[in-house]
Amino acid sequence: MNEIENAVAASPNEEFTDKPESIWRSMWDSLKQNRAAMVSLVFILLLVAIAVITSAFPQVLPHNPYEQSLTKTLLPPNSEYWFGTDQLGRDIFSRILIGTRVSLAVGVIAVAISLTFGIIFGSIAGYFGGKVDTVIMRIMDIMLSIPSILLAIAFMAALGQGIDKAVIAISLVAIPEYARIVRGEILSVKENDYVQAAKVVGNKDGRIIFHHILPNVLSSIIVRATLGISSAILDASALGFLGLGVQPPQAEWGDMLGRARNYIFQAPYTLIFPGLAISLTVLAFNLLGDGLRDALDPKSRQN
Amino acid sequence: MFNLVKYTIKRILQLIPVLLGVSLVVFLIMRVFSPDPAPVVLGQHASKAAMKAWRDAHGLNAPIVLQFLDFLKGALTGNFGNSYYTNQPVMNEIMARFPATIELAICSIILASILGILLGVTAAVKKNTAADFASTLVALIGVSMPIFWLGILLIILFSGVLRILPSGGRINPMLQPVGGTGFYIWDTLTSGDFEALGDTLRHLIMPTVSLSLYSMAIITRMTRSSMLDTLNQDYIRTARAKGISEHRVIKHHALRNAMIPVTTVIGLQFGSLLGGAVLTETVFAWPGIGSYTVECIQKSDFPVVQAVVLIIATIYVIVNLVVDLIYAFLDPRIKYSKEEG
Repeated sequence: MNEIENAVAASPNEEFTDKPESIWRSMWDSLKQNRAAMVSLVFILLLVAIAVITSAFPQVLPHNPYEQSLTKTLLPPNSEYWFGTDQLGRDIFSRILIGTRVSLAVGVIAVAISLTFGIIFGSIAGYFGGKVDTVIMRIMDIMLSIPSILLAIAFMAALGQGIDKAVIAISLVAIPEYARIVRGEILSVKENDYVQAAKVVGNKDGRIIFHHILPNVLSSIIVRATLGISSAILDASALGFLGLGVQPPQAEWGDMLGRARNYIFQAPYTLIFPGLAISLTVLAFNLLGDGLRDALDPKSRQN
Repeated sequence: MFNLVKYTIKRILQLIPVLLGVSLVVFLIMRVFSPDPAPVVLGQHASKAAMKAWRDAHGLNAPIVLQFLDFLKGALTGNFGNSYYTNQPVMNEIMARFPATIELAICSIILASILGILLGVTAAVKKNTAADFASTLVALIGVSMPIFWLGILLIILFSGVLRILPSGGRINPMLQPVGGTGFYIWDTLTSGDFEALGDTLRHLIMPTVSLSLYSMAIITRMTRSSMLDTLNQDYIRTARAKGISEHRVIKHHALRNAMIPVTTVIGLQFGSLLGGAVLTETVFAWPGIGSYTVECIQKSDFPVVQAVVLIIATIYVIVNLVVDLIYAFLDPRIKYSKEEG
């Protein structure tokens, strides 16, 4: 099967080299041409760096993000407090930096969880078809018929407050979407000759799914996952905004917005910077996801 | 035509297991997995006996299967029990707030559809120009910006800095229509109270804009790509070759066909608007069911939450069904089978 895949992936002029150009290589080459996607990638790497460094060495932050000061509440942005201070006198800039870790972690972990279950359910439904397919997809339809934010809030009511529970709620509501995509992809490759061949040779179902089918739909799953991170970050910030996210005094961008809401006219800057942080992060993942999709599918690039 | 009728009936029958499933999911989350509401409702310091009496009174000590059947029976007759706090029938509580949410959602979907289609068509027709770039940018911002943050920015600008729009609420209480349907645009129009109508519209502007942005972005993207697809079709080339003016080609030949997939997306968006209303209503102190639900979840008012989620899910699946039927009607190529997944 590897030979077949390689033969398909190899471009004609590299026919005789030992290692034919892989799909990843050509994807990267094409992604490099996309300026918006590359800028986003750099921005995301920067966010990762901020998250890692501020977690490992909190002393690099300009101020202690948790230190309250009653004499310094709601200061407008100035040379010492770049983004101003919040209602408890904490430095907003430091809180945004330290909050990067929470948002990125929530995005990545939530997608990892929902993707895992989505792949399991979607593969089983798509591969086996019939009754199993009907049952799984009906359950997914049921979940999809409740607006996801409402379902997530309901899950939070059951699970209780906390960022770990928010991650679970966000992952649960995203499973159906991934299951649908994976199922669709599996249906589209299931009838291919190489899958049939693998069956004829006597491979087990699990092996066929994991070794022969999934690698071929991996690229489109990666695109979905990248875009999924952005919606997970948005959902987490929404839960945070409603007061269902992190426990105080932890810093999370949506939570910062929710708590500063009463000072909207008195201190609008407390609401501008955290929102900007969410929007830019989500925008970067969206642009990168779009770029990856275009890189994989030259047809959509022409549009 | 006969097929369409058969298809319609089949689709309606398919709704039954979905709605049953939704009831079960909601019931499981709220009644089985959620913590006991008694200490929340009565306060931590209530006596054990008081809590037990309260649970008995609200049927929470009955076997769980019986509770579920009771809930289903109530749902079919529109009787969802009483709110734990106000002791009013849940249906009354919801109906008092429902028109506010529906009015907001309808205004938003109209705005999102008009702007989204205009932007999408412009982008496709003037592909790779500044107009195309601008519409792509709007679409990107729309899907990347949290709707509650957009609402906050609008309030800061229009209520805080410019002071031209009210920052929250539905209407000035002095002007509030008495009786009527609860849809203030309709009520004020039919009673001829134009001062109240003006005030209603002023209150609606910011919530509508912030709730519609996300959907507008999705509709713009869909319209653009569908329109580009259509413009590449042979029959468009034929129409152009026949010498029909470009304006006519776009308006009469391309637009109609390109709109078919867009209608589906608009239908789907209506459902997500009802979800987004939870956030928008919280930001703008909009007295609808969205903000009410959040409040009820936080204080464990389960009968209300169960009813709201079930009602919204029902609206959502019915809207989708209607959209699918319109789609099947518009596009004769659709075979009335289940192969679309």
